[in-house]
Amino acid sequence: MKAGTVNEAKLRWAELDDDDGEDLDFLLPPKEVIGPDENGIKKVIEYKFNEQGNKVKITRTVQTRKLAKARLSKKAVERRSWAKFGEAVNGNVGDSRTVVSTEEIKLERRNGPGSKPVAPNPLAPKGVTTIKCRVCEGDHWSSSCPHKDLLLRHMEASEVPISDTQTPGTSKKTYVPPGLRPGADKTDMRPRRDENSVRVTNLSEDTREPDLLELFRPFGDVSRVYVALDKETQVSRGFGFVNFVRREDAQRAINKLNGYGYDNLILSVEWATPRPN
Amino acid sequence: MRPILMKGHERPLTFLKYNRDGDLLFSCAKDHTPNVWFADNGERLGTYRGHNGAVWCCDVSRDSSRLITGSADQSAKLWDVQSGQQVFTFNFDSPTRSVEFSVGDRLAVITTDPFMELTPAIHVKRIASDPADQSAESVLVLKVPQGRLKINRAVWGPLNNTIISAGEDAIIRIWDSETGKLLKENQKEEGHTKTITSLVKSPDGSHFLTGSLDKSAKLWDTRTLTLIKTYRTESPVNAVAMSPLLNHVVLGGGQDAINVTTTDHRAGKFEAKFYDKILQEEIGGVKGHFGPINALAFNPDGKSFSSGGEDGYIRLHHFDHDYFNIKI
Repeated sequence: MKAGTVNEAKLRWAELDDDDGEDLDFLLPPKEVIGPDENGIKKVIEYKFNEQGNKVKITRTVQTRKLAKARLSKKAVERRSWAKFGEAVNGNVGDSRTVVSTEEIKLERRNGPGSKPVAPNPLAPKGVTTIKCRVCEGDHWSSSCPHKDLLLRHMEASEVPISDTQTPGTSKKTYVPPGLRPGADKTDMRPRRDENSVRVTNLSEDTREPDLLELFRPFGDVSRVYVALDKETQVSRGFGFVNFVRREDAQRAINKLNGYGYDNLILSVEWATPRPN
Repeated sequence: MRPILMKGHERPLTFLKYNRDGDLLFSCAKDHTPNVWFADNGERLGTYRGHNGAVWCCDVSRDSSRLITGSADQSAKLWDVQSGQQVFTFNFDSPTRSVEFSVGDRLAVITTDPFMELTPAIHVKRIASDPADQSAESVLVLKVPQGRLKINRAVWGPLNNTIISAGEDAIIRIWDSETGKLLKENQKEEGHTKTITSLVKSPDGSHFLTGSLDKSAKLWDTRTLTLIKTYRTESPVNAVAMSPLLNHVVLGGGQDAINVTTTDHRAGKFEAKFYDKILQEEIGGVKGHFGPINALAFNPDGKSFSSGGEDGYIRLHHFDHDYFNIKI
């Protein structure tokens, strides 16, 4: 210790106070390794400070085994040193033939212990919540709603410009579909089929229209069942609509099935459109 | 895990094969040059130049000295693994689809496609230990009664006594490799309904797994040809693999290559799907390819696997620790 090294000269009392122990390791003699001998036994001598700040010498005797080598067959080790041939000869170093993916790929578990469901926030008081989704009225933000594509659709629908005041087609000679021409009767061009329509959300992916019909049939006559499918993947998007012939039946279905557990999911059933009062 | 991406091919991959020690990985693609890679770090060791058509299949001898490749250029070639030199060329009158060395590497089975007026056939060739003695004569030629339909895979049965073949007619056949007699066909009602694209034997040869475009893979007993298990998935299966370590099977596939550009990528399901071999239950999927998976291979030590896709990439996956204690 007295052998005045450069490091020691730099040491100040203030630094000693600040960081206790760990950063003083440079004061210790370097690690010594003796061996390994023919039996693979080597001696490692290390020095470190203990809790009292005293220097301690640690001598460890270790037997090392070459595991990696043992696993490869002799032939395989030999092949490792084979010369490159064919197109691999020139410029294999640094070229981008072999790249380690920057992306961490997981074995994505379908179900079981590997797939973790989203844990509910334990701090949130149960039953009372200030957050209300504009789409499905659940207690989460609209942006994180599983059915937010519904909202988008609603918004798109309301953003369609109403061109009643202007009369396109009169000023420019462009084709205007009959339905958009001034004076066209817009009400019964296509009868809207949302009377007594019930929206069912949080359906499982496997639910198909017949399943929904089976579920809603006991409440009364059903005129239409529709499950929204993704256009491209043909996978259910998790919501659907059921039209009842009688409004009372629909109301009964809502009362009964809202919050009903179906296929591991809690259904949410409500009127598809706000009722005009 | 962080897969290693290997881009050695310009065209879709067709086949992947590890050697017995699991240190080399051979890859075939529709470009004409099979490649060999070090299976630990994915470094390319060499290429085998000489074919003049898509290379459909390959096999490597037990001592990793010889490679045999089957190509659409109507030939099968023997190569020296170390130098990349051609040793011998078997010429046929139609494209060769599947090749495999027998146990002991003294024989090879080569299948040829239907072509012009030729019907598909299975050829058995003797492989000489000294390439100078190699002859092009077929020991046995099996004419297969499936008309214009291809044989996609033919492999050796236990003790080289039989040859198992499967192909576009969706029927698995077992042949006597001595006499060429048809011994068994699988039961129609339990078999596949569409083209069988791949066939892989278990490490001990007692059972084998077939993958088919009917969106399923089936596990069969090699001797009795009885159906053991069925694994169902959502997309056509192009490639199958069996873990030598755990009771896992892997199915790779995706929609038909011709539909890739016209449909949504989410519909493609270009992932390698892991199933429990016994429970037939899906464990999970490994994503990453931009196109259907055409080839799958498990390292003989069971600690890594590689997949080759229509996108021209080989992805070499070394499993994380937690893979080995997966519980269903």
